[in-house]
Amino acid sequence: MISLPAPKPDILARRDAILADLGRLLPADAVIGETIRMKPYETDGLAAYRQMPLAVVLPRTTQEVAQVLRYCHANGIRVVPRGAGTSLSGGALPLADAVVIGLMRMNRIKEINLEDRYAVVEAGVTNIGITKAVEGDGFFYAPDPSSQLACMIGGNVMMNSGGAHCLKYGVTANNLLGLTFVTIEGEVIEIGGNYLDAAGYDWLGLITGSEGQLGMVTDVTVRILRGPEGARAMLAAFDAVEVAGAAVDAIIGSGIIPVALEFMDKPCIHACEAFAHAGYPLDAEAMLIIEVEGSVAEQDMLLGKIRDICARFNPTSMKLAESAEQSLAIWKGRKGAFGAVGRISPDYLCMDGTIPTGELPHVLKRIGEMSVQYGLGVANVFHAGDGNLHPLIMFDANDPESFRKAEEFGGDILKLCVEVGGCLTGEHGVGVEKRDLMTTQFTLRELDLQRAIKSAFDADWLLNTAKVFPLADNPKIAA
Amino acid sequence: MTRPEGQGAEGLGELMGAGSIAPATEESLAAEITRAHAAREPLCIEGRGTKRAMLRPVQAARTLSTRNLTGITLYRPTELMIRARAGTPLPEIEAALAENNQQIIAEPPDLTAMFGASEAGTLGGAVSANLSGPRRIMWGAMRDHVLGIRAVTGEGEVFRSGGRVLKNVTGLDLCKLLTGAHGTLGVLTEVTLKVLPRAEATGTLAIRVPDAAGGVAALSAALGSPYGVSGAALLIEGHGLLGLEGIIALARIEDFTESVRYRLGRLRTELAAHGEATLLDTAASHAVWRSVRDAEPLGATPEEAIWRISVAPSAAPGVVAALGRAFAAKLMLDWGGGLIWVAGPAREQAHGAVMQAAAAAGGSFTLFRGPASLSAHVPVLPEEAAPLAAIARRVRAALDPLGLLNPGRMRG
Repeated sequence: MISLPAPKPDILARRDAILADLGRLLPADAVIGETIRMKPYETDGLAAYRQMPLAVVLPRTTQEVAQVLRYCHANGIRVVPRGAGTSLSGGALPLADAVVIGLMRMNRIKEINLEDRYAVVEAGVTNIGITKAVEGDGFFYAPDPSSQLACMIGGNVMMNSGGAHCLKYGVTANNLLGLTFVTIEGEVIEIGGNYLDAAGYDWLGLITGSEGQLGMVTDVTVRILRGPEGARAMLAAFDAVEVAGAAVDAIIGSGIIPVALEFMDKPCIHACEAFAHAGYPLDAEAMLIIEVEGSVAEQDMLLGKIRDICARFNPTSMKLAESAEQSLAIWKGRKGAFGAVGRISPDYLCMDGTIPTGELPHVLKRIGEMSVQYGLGVANVFHAGDGNLHPLIMFDANDPESFRKAEEFGGDILKLCVEVGGCLTGEHGVGVEKRDLMTTQFTLRELDLQRAIKSAFDADWLLNTAKVFPLADNPKIAA
Repeated sequence: MTRPEGQGAEGLGELMGAGSIAPATEESLAAEITRAHAAREPLCIEGRGTKRAMLRPVQAARTLSTRNLTGITLYRPTELMIRARAGTPLPEIEAALAENNQQIIAEPPDLTAMFGASEAGTLGGAVSANLSGPRRIMWGAMRDHVLGIRAVTGEGEVFRSGGRVLKNVTGLDLCKLLTGAHGTLGVLTEVTLKVLPRAEATGTLAIRVPDAAGGVAALSAALGSPYGVSGAALLIEGHGLLGLEGIIALARIEDFTESVRYRLGRLRTELAAHGEATLLDTAASHAVWRSVRDAEPLGATPEEAIWRISVAPSAAPGVVAALGRAFAAKLMLDWGGGLIWVAGPAREQAHGAVMQAAAAAGGSFTLFRGPASLSAHVPVLPEEAAPLAAIARRVRAALDPLGLLNPGRMRG
């Protein structure tokens, strides 16, 4: 179980006065204090943990965000930034003595410039909302986390989100040009702009993925890209995990960088097929979904090369989409993977470790052994090009013992990832979930350095307190 | 280009006179910094010292070089990663990658000629300066491909950030913070880079355009096409490249041979209204983009200063016009017009014009190469807003409390 720091009693005692102050800073409808109305904010995508906040505010402008932060800073009140609440690591989990600052009302698209290929959007615009605004002209915003229908760009910046297509197009950090950034002291700072390389320290890179530890982002300038002429997927199934892994190596070794390269193991194939009826091969031990881009002729050429490579590894089956519809069908199962596993298990924990791809057979074998040891099922789906694993550990939330085992199993998987040269999180973030595992990846001194940088931005540790960094031995939080 | 006259003497004399330390291991490098910290002795941090005239002269009596920290320590072609010690010369890394048909994605320029250096720069230097070439427009900057680092703080403590995997959001990303920090936040000892396969073929459209505005419009059209343009530069009159005359917009495609042929054909049709086009094949493309990467068409003389300005591409023609009016600026554009290379007299008046033009266009500038007589007295980067400058001081204090690493290099 994950512990949260003790709430500051003086803050709790002043709750009514704080609500009244916030009500003077913001329009009346932007401050929420009633328990029933705060209910939707008590958890995020890591729904096993819930905590009612002190208050929720929903500002509409950068200035309103700055006012709230200035007020909280002056009064020693903790702050939890929140986008759409899709974080899977508890990044937006409230604290009892914290004000949740929700960005969902900051949802305007402020500028689209196709000639210079950028868009300026408020932090509460959804990821898909950016693409929707430019796709009529053939453009798109590249990072595509699975939650892209719901998640907000401000949250994407905080988590440095990626998705199936980031093998080619990169993650959020690689697709940003500028930010409007508000410090805990309420200072509004413009970072970068509408151009490629700002001179000086790379604040954009440091803030991206900082999980709300350094400040809040209110406006984001993103690169938008012209989409390819078309894209098409294929699937290839193999009778052993190692063989599928070797096929991935051979594809990349041939000089082809597919726009997506996804890997599913047998339990995942079965769960997805039962859900999506995508025609997945139920006899296979592992399956790859590979997508390429270009004109129809180029797609044919690339899929042909990939088919020939896969053929060298005795696939149990291969299926090349012949149309956009068939591609969609192949993707439907993958995109529904998390929901599909939800159908066959009352609950699951979605892990997010990254490993060097060469370690894949070893890691999957060990996960299989641990599954037996813990008596819990696990389905694996991941981005094969970049080694980002998503083991889905199945458990029953009504059984505390089952939940405890699932968390322990998850921790063991993440430690294994670090042991083989990988890391604790590829895209979901550390949040509260992996906070106490940070010492497996970093030395205490390395953590101290990161904490010192956090302190350079937020001396009193009011921003998203108790996330990312272990609570133990942290004088800034112990109080 | 040859070594800028006067620059070497002015910028380096005091350093070379006082000697240079070049430890052979990370451990001994860390020990040297610990010693310097105890003695409160500032250090000039460098690899092979090829970019000493970049930004501002360092206020330090002693030089600490990573030139003896060399060698590739891990290379996994199928995992798209390579790891090497910071002092490893870039050509050595590029050669190892080429053997496996791979490349450093960001295409860092070779500044040997521009800086009058006698040898090529190091991996640590390219990362510390966040040097990116033409491919930045499609595949990202050097900083986008740094997967992991090992570095030493200003107190002599070794730390790591990142790792060797392509996706990693564990903790604060200090790799990005140190990339482009010019050695002022820590001394890189080892860098892990993401790499990608080299394209089977390359082809370029060279389009004769009427003026800078027409050229940027052609490049924007190219980059707004679905053909994956991986280089988009504009050569101003007098560049003398490949016998091409006039103002030339260059658009590059890198891919499988069939794709390059197909895409260049489509691009040529789409860009037909922008000007008459010549097709450059793989060999000619390689030559032309190597030249653009290293800013050779700029034609800077050794005594001239060189600036880089980053703006939204559509603002570039305005900058070009303003600088043309202010002084006899030599110019060359890359990144679809978003990167403006400028050469001109190493004088405060020209520098002021560059700063003003960049600010008016809402962009950023760097005094990329200049003699100490200029760079020691002017801001070589845009000033940071006061709250950010305060954060920067605190961040620097976290990593280098006494400010001993490359003092003065970026800001005074």
